Amino acid sequence: MEPLATIAGVGKRFGGAVVLDGISATIAAGRVTGLVGADGAGKTTLVRLLAGLLTPEDGAIIVCGHDSVTATDGLHAAIGYMPQRFGLYEDLSVAENLSLYADLRGLAPAAHGETFARLLGFSGLAGFESRLAGKLSGGMKQKLGLACALIATPRLLLLDEPSVGVDPVSRRELWRMVHGLAEEGVGVVWSTAYLDEAERCHSVLLLDQGKLLYDGDPALLTRRFQGRAFVVRGMADKRAVQAAARARPDVADALIQGAGVRLVMVEGAPPPVVAELTTSAGATVEPIAPRFEDAFVAMLDHRHAAIPSLPSWGRHGGNGTVVEAKGLTRRFGDFVAVDRVDFSVAAGEIFGLLGPNGAGKSTTFRMLCGLLPPSSGEARTAGIDLAKAAPEARQRLGYMSQKFSLYSDLSVRQNLDFFAGVYGLGGAKRRDTIARMIEVFGLEHLTGQNAGGLPLGFKQRLALAAAIMHGPDILFLDEPTSGVDPLVRREFWSHINGMAAEGVSVLVTTHFLDEAEYCDRIGIVYRGRMIAIGAPDAIKEQVRSAAMPDPSLEDAFVALVERADWTEGAKP
Amino acid sequence: MLGRILALIIKEMLAVWRDRKSRFVLIVPPLIQLAMFSYAATYDVTHVTMAVLNEDGGLAGRELLARFEGAPAFGRILRVANQEQMAVALESREVMLALRLPQDFSRRIEGGGQASLQVILDGRRSNTAQIAMGYANTIVAAYNQELAAARGLAAVPGALVSRVWFNPNLESLWVVVPGLVGVLTQVVALVVTALSVARERELGTFEQLLVTPLRPWEILVGKTVPALVIGLIEGTIILVAAQVWFGVPFIGSLLLLYAALVAFLLSIIGVGLFISALSSTQQQAILGAFFFIVPAITLSGFATPVENMPDWLQVATLANPIRHILVLMHGLFLKASPAALVWKSVWPMLVIAAVTLPGAAWLFRRRLY
Amino acid sequence: MILRRLLALVRKETLQIFRDPSSIVIALVLPVVLLLLFGYGVSLDAKEVRLAVVVENPTPAASSLVAAFGDSPFFRVTELRHRTEAETGMVAGRFKGMVVVPAEFAGKAGRGAEAPIQVLLDGTDANTSRLVRGYVEGVWGKWLAHEAGQRGASIALPVLPEARVWFNPQLLSRNVLVPGLIAINMTLIGTLLTALVVAREWERGTMEAMIATPVSVAEILLGKLVPYFVLGMAGMGLSVVLGIVLFQVPLRGSLWVLTAVSALFLVGALAMGLLISTVAKNQFVAGQIAIVSAFLPAFMLSGFVFEPSSAPAWIEMLSRVVAARYYVTILQTVFLAGDLWSVILPNSAALGVIAAFFLVVTLRRTHKRLE
Repeated sequence: MEPLATIAGVGKRFGGAVVLDGISATIAAGRVTGLVGADGAGKTTLVRLLAGLLTPEDGAIIVCGHDSVTATDGLHAAIGYMPQRFGLYEDLSVAENLSLYADLRGLAPAAHGETFARLLGFSGLAGFESRLAGKLSGGMKQKLGLACALIATPRLLLLDEPSVGVDPVSRRELWRMVHGLAEEGVGVVWSTAYLDEAERCHSVLLLDQGKLLYDGDPALLTRRFQGRAFVVRGMADKRAVQAAARARPDVADALIQGAGVRLVMVEGAPPPVVAELTTSAGATVEPIAPRFEDAFVAMLDHRHAAIPSLPSWGRHGGNGTVVEAKGLTRRFGDFVAVDRVDFSVAAGEIFGLLGPNGAGKSTTFRMLCGLLPPSSGEARTAGIDLAKAAPEARQRLGYMSQKFSLYSDLSVRQNLDFFAGVYGLGGAKRRDTIARMIEVFGLEHLTGQNAGGLPLGFKQRLALAAAIMHGPDILFLDEPTSGVDPLVRREFWSHINGMAAEGVSVLVTTHFLDEAEYCDRIGIVYRGRMIAIGAPDAIKEQVRSAAMPDPSLEDAFVALVERADWTEGAKP
Repeated sequence: MLGRILALIIKEMLAVWRDRKSRFVLIVPPLIQLAMFSYAATYDVTHVTMAVLNEDGGLAGRELLARFEGAPAFGRILRVANQEQMAVALESREVMLALRLPQDFSRRIEGGGQASLQVILDGRRSNTAQIAMGYANTIVAAYNQELAAARGLAAVPGALVSRVWFNPNLESLWVVVPGLVGVLTQVVALVVTALSVARERELGTFEQLLVTPLRPWEILVGKTVPALVIGLIEGTIILVAAQVWFGVPFIGSLLLLYAALVAFLLSIIGVGLFISALSSTQQQAILGAFFFIVPAITLSGFATPVENMPDWLQVATLANPIRHILVLMHGLFLKASPAALVWKSVWPMLVIAAVTLPGAAWLFRRRLY
Repeated sequence: MILRRLLALVRKETLQIFRDPSSIVIALVLPVVLLLLFGYGVSLDAKEVRLAVVVENPTPAASSLVAAFGDSPFFRVTELRHRTEAETGMVAGRFKGMVVVPAEFAGKAGRGAEAPIQVLLDGTDANTSRLVRGYVEGVWGKWLAHEAGQRGASIALPVLPEARVWFNPQLLSRNVLVPGLIAINMTLIGTLLTALVVAREWERGTMEAMIATPVSVAEILLGKLVPYFVLGMAGMGLSVVLGIVLFQVPLRGSLWVLTAVSALFLVGALAMGLLISTVAKNQFVAGQIAIVSAFLPAFMLSGFVFEPSSAPAWIEMLSRVVAARYYVTILQTVFLAGDLWSVILPNSAALGVIAAFFLVVTLRRTHKRLE
């Protein structure tokens, strides 16, 4: 069958940097093609090239017979495009946005009524016609963005990271909608950083640093790893096992999954032996089916260097509750952002707050850090109510905010100097600590570079370094791994694990459900309420049923959310 | 504690200097404004263009006209043949004023009598016209003086000789450039301060600051000091440029000048921090600064004197720091103002600072979210 | 097809204007505020200038001179006995000028060739100094004539200048400034507002989605131009009404000429704003450029307050590319003099050229691409 779009030898440079290099692929109609890769891999650039918004330096792109450089008018008429920020006019209502795009795409006025009705029903937005787009939830914005892109029944649909930060329920709906479209013959390009979505595409284009690593059926790629994936269960200290396993040369990847450790062996390596991995009696090793992520990580892992460990601050935790939230509530006018949340975190524990954007995770965090006073209830950190206590008490806290909050115009060293100074590190102690941080986080060649120009992975490392330099007892990490590739994420978590082993309590927020597996306990936040709390495996247990004998955390989330909605009778 | 504040100050100064946008704002607009304001802001009336309708043609008339042609203030002199041409020249703005010598002018003068000279001014350029009229009056008065002497009359008391103090040649530059020390310093300090918090909020680093052991007042000091330093540097540059490039004399005390600048900057920084606390984006901060700067400069006496404003408005301008710094700059550059006089303008600015700085601190805490 | 797209864009822009308060603030509130500010605050008319008159020896002649100064509407007189008091006052800024009537005044007046009174002016306010000098000479001259008349002598004043003022008989600076202010307001609305608007679309990402549709560059630009044109004209109307009603500035020309010329200026200002926005793609930078390249020149170089012909030659040349200069000239004429075509036509032509220039450049520099 004639491909819908052809990408031939495309190269793209921005300034001196090569963003795409020699990409050749075809996009077929009636299929969902996933564009997968870490941040900075070139996904958005490729999507924009397909949309005719950028011109390639090398090669050519033909979409539905139109060249992306010379025939943009025809190209624009044939495609539907949803950019990363949805392209919605926040001051306009749902109906007005649809109307605008309908007119821009030349939909006959006679057809407006029927098309809108269909699209609104399809996207679950019927009844919201007069709501301003800016007042919609994240999931609803996404669906509206999709509806606007579909208005003129395009032949090729280009979606740039359409599901980022959206709650899993909406994400599944979006997925269902798009697959339905593919079945009707529309060609879809769906760019994503979520590997579980990539797994479900008909075909994937795997990009890394501008190069195409794989083009084809994801299942075929995963199958190559058959017989190389195992899970270790029943040991006492999963962190130690994971750290040890990772260091072994025959292990390509080692991850904590609930109470167990998942291993992927290097190609050609023999299956692991229990005794070599752990001394715990009763520990078992079983082979399991590989996932796409295993393939992805294996293909991407260029750096197998050992990760140096953080300096030990000679702390040993202590016992008892370190962080406590009791009936924590926060209102903004009429809107209740956080509703009577209760939980506690012990020393040396990693606690994860899970939930989609806008659920109330960051707000809860801020109350615990003393950045926001609660409307009612109490938040105590290190035994102190930070909203009232002296700023010196904050010396014991470390905080890494969502945007990494680095001073982008200052160099790496200047950033570190600043944070050291602000936390009272002076003289020799400052010099030594900074030197150690630079060494541990691999920042040697970057000390003079502006923090703003660093690749995302290094920004994250710098932000973590700045947060822990003063040896805090409690670490607050707000979405620390958004946008970062799986390898950097793994490295990051190894540092976190190391700190937890030292007795530091770590609170993390994330919308990546697989990261929840790395935590000791998690709390699922939905619409400001804590709808479940406990160890990851325990939560999965809550939803295990005959229909779902082996639920993933995402299944658990969806089920719990549906349960919560049902008990409330609320509309999504 | 001191270490924390110092770290913050160093970071602020680095951030302002290394951010291309704020570096641009610090250097380019002030330079452009310095050039433009200094040279364009002139009330000098030079090259007066004049139309002359000489219905007379006699000797006396021609002699009088020769005086006008010889006068340095008068540029182009357009001779017209009749009233219509004169009207057209005036209406079309080709000339600023028109002179009409009636038919009997020379006859009357030579006969020892009195003759009238019609001067028509273009009211659309009211200020310029009045000043041009003044020049014309001076020329006529000198001519009158000679005529009277020639006629051997009881001498007409001559034109008044007036002396101008502080700025003997009425140089616009001497008035404008010292004023710019205040105005431009203010613009720079205000923009830097207004941007500082807004930028941190946009970047997400403000949250980070609040989580550290820094107290709110320490953060305030940490933002005030860099802006103060930058403002003083800017002021110094203009001070030097004023003397070296523009040739404006400075006869006052440097110490008093810097003391005045510090008080001024503190009051301005307070306003800037206020604006910054209210803004969530850099965009809003810039607009907010703009909305303060335009009325503040307008109502300061920089372009037009405060004394020309309605009385109630004059009182209101006492709360405008720029009004005070202008008085101070003119005084220190041109009048060698003594300390007691300087104090009279400094204390209002200190009051303003005492209100705005703590006000900004309070606003910060309230607007954290 | 094109019309439908255009209408859709205009509708979208209009809705956004109404729902986003900042546009309304800049377009309608700010001009009113500026008009009030300038109308009341800015005046070049020296009135009640504080004058110190030092009378060292109070004789009837000296007293009558002091009275003459006191009667003049231009001065607020403080009578003093000693020079030094007045001098201190000058330094402190309490007086803008001082007149010294020396002890031997009565004797010298009307006799010698030299004027017996001394006039000292504060040079830190150069403009007022010049005006005050003129006023003092005027009062002195009148007093002399009056005195001579009283004594029965006549002053030989061979040439008597008679001044007549066309177009603004009371020489009120307000009548000149307020029309000029309309130009400032229009620049603000036209250039600053539009400069921010397109940049905002780039920042918010909506521009990206729009250019992936079949809409053309011309349609995008027109879709922005039209609503802001209407807004700008509304702002102008408001300014004109305020000027006439509140400040009693006469409008001697015709309203349709005013409207037509304003429309021409506005198109140029809007096009310039769109150009800045297209080039900057970032609200911060766009705002800065708009202020420095449009607002400042409109203020300094248009003839609004400062006369360009009195500035150095290079400044005067620069002012010739500033559209506001031509607009201010027309405005001052249309308000104060009437429909004088000798002024309106050449200046409108210049406005037309500038508007055409910006429109063409904007059209060519706007692409349906992200780079």
